[in-house]
Amino acid sequence: MQSVRRENLKVVIMHIILILGGISMILPFVWMFVTSIKPATEVLSWPPSFIPKSPTLDNYRAVLQEAPFGRYFLNTLLISTISALSILFTSSLSGFIFAKYKFPGRNVLFLVLLTTAMIPLECYMISLYLLINRFGWINTYQGVVAPILVMAFGVFFMRQNILSIPNELLDAARIDGCSEWRIYTTVILPLSRSALGALAIFAYMQAWAFFIWPLIVINDRNLYTMELGLTMFQKRFTVDYGLISAGSMIAVLPILVIFLILRRNIIEGITLTGLKG
Amino acid sequence: MNKKRSRLNNFYLFCYIGLLPTVLLYVIFRIIPIVDTFRLSFYSWSVLGVGNRFIGLQNYFKLFQDKLFITALVNTTLFAVFVVFFSVVISLALAIMLNNKRMERFSPIYELVYFLPVVTPMVPVAVMWKWIYDPQYGLLNYFLSFFGISPKAWLVYPDLALYAIVIMSVWKIIGYYLMIFLVGLKNISKEYYEAALIDGAVGWQVFRYITLPLLRPIVLYVLVIATIQSYNVFTQVYVMTSDVQGAPGRLVRVLVYDIYENGFRYFKMGYASAEAVILLLIVLTLTIFEFKAMGRED
Repeated sequence: MQSVRRENLKVVIMHIILILGGISMILPFVWMFVTSIKPATEVLSWPPSFIPKSPTLDNYRAVLQEAPFGRYFLNTLLISTISALSILFTSSLSGFIFAKYKFPGRNVLFLVLLTTAMIPLECYMISLYLLINRFGWINTYQGVVAPILVMAFGVFFMRQNILSIPNELLDAARIDGCSEWRIYTTVILPLSRSALGALAIFAYMQAWAFFIWPLIVINDRNLYTMELGLTMFQKRFTVDYGLISAGSMIAVLPILVIFLILRRNIIEGITLTGLKG
Repeated sequence: MNKKRSRLNNFYLFCYIGLLPTVLLYVIFRIIPIVDTFRLSFYSWSVLGVGNRFIGLQNYFKLFQDKLFITALVNTTLFAVFVVFFSVVISLALAIMLNNKRMERFSPIYELVYFLPVVTPMVPVAVMWKWIYDPQYGLLNYFLSFFGISPKAWLVYPDLALYAIVIMSVWKIIGYYLMIFLVGLKNISKEYYEAALIDGAVGWQVFRYITLPLLRPIVLYVLVIATIQSYNVFTQVYVMTSDVQGAPGRLVRVLVYDIYENGFRYFKMGYASAEAVILLLIVLTLTIFEFKAMGRED
């Protein structure tokens, strides 16, 4: 009896801790939203209040007038889509080849991939900048997207998944006269659909959060990504928190909506891609 | 025989052509720049190409007399130690709570909430926290006032600002590690726990002798990515502390910021490359150390 009561107490305490933690996770978002619909006078009132007395959308109107966030959004969407498509294609095809074929040089290639996979962009961005500069790609979309066209983790992840596809299936397709390329498109890709979905989510998230590289290669305002645009915006209006909060809301909202719709897929996609890769 | 031969050649052809796009992109935009970074670090180099020359190890010698670099190295290390420690401990504790079978029903909603900061990109999050840390009107000082703590200018003094950024960075990432730990915990077979119960193990003992050893590969994985990520901290520092109006003293100088400034503001590309090489070597050493430390035990 006593142990049941102790167990119940334990569960209650765990809930209290988890709820307090959960509130601290959400509170900054709520605070940002509340600030964004407050008129300037209320933003700087003390004590701070979570219920705006006269809510307004003025901040949003002002933000959209001051900076082309729609354009930033489209830029980001374009860059992340190209990155995701390229990562999906290269990862699935080379993952397939590493998983199912033996050929001279395979182990060497794989080893090179494995040892350099962990090296972050920050460690080689200077040489990369000089290279992109030599290509004449400063201030271009291809310049921004260049370093995120392949992902070593994506290759490992797809290889892991494709390893579990039985060889008999591939042999059967060969007997039917399928070329290797046909096997890739008609057997491997359809069977890897969920893995590809997870990888796509991971790739989109990576590209969406891409910051230091666009900061270096882009100084044309028309090519700003969402992250870059918001940074420059907040540097311009550094103390106008109503305005900055509205800008942040515009940056966060599309992601929150997609996250709430695809929640399970996104959580699992991001967690498993890193883990299995 | 001949047919088999041509089939094999076909296989090879498919492999090499199929790998070509990946290898080309990887070599051009990754391997070459990585190798080139090492080469540049021995040069005095600017983008304009004037006066580029080989200077051996001079960049490295200069770096270790460079006060800003030393500050950055110390700050980044402190940041990494705190973020790795707190994010791993907190997320592991939360994951163990969520793994309790009586939590199963509520787990998805908690997971959703804790994952929210993970999916949100860094810049809006940093902007949000900058407002929370505001010395005059910030939410944090308001909450602290209930406990009789006087208002603090969180982001103004570099010492305090470092910890403010640590808190925010831990807040942002625990949901991710929490999910990874949870996947790992779910993979531990129930039988181990049952056996432990029969042997009379309780609470802490179960954690110490069952959970932790079986979770070791996952803990190692999280440690490695947490170390790499925190040594490369940049975005939140850039957004939160490098104001246009801010005096240079207000900045929390971290390694990547120092590289960025030397490389792209002062155009000392060779010097900045030497810094990048040091960053790479630090991260590499720590990763190897973590592998050794976690791999050897028991």
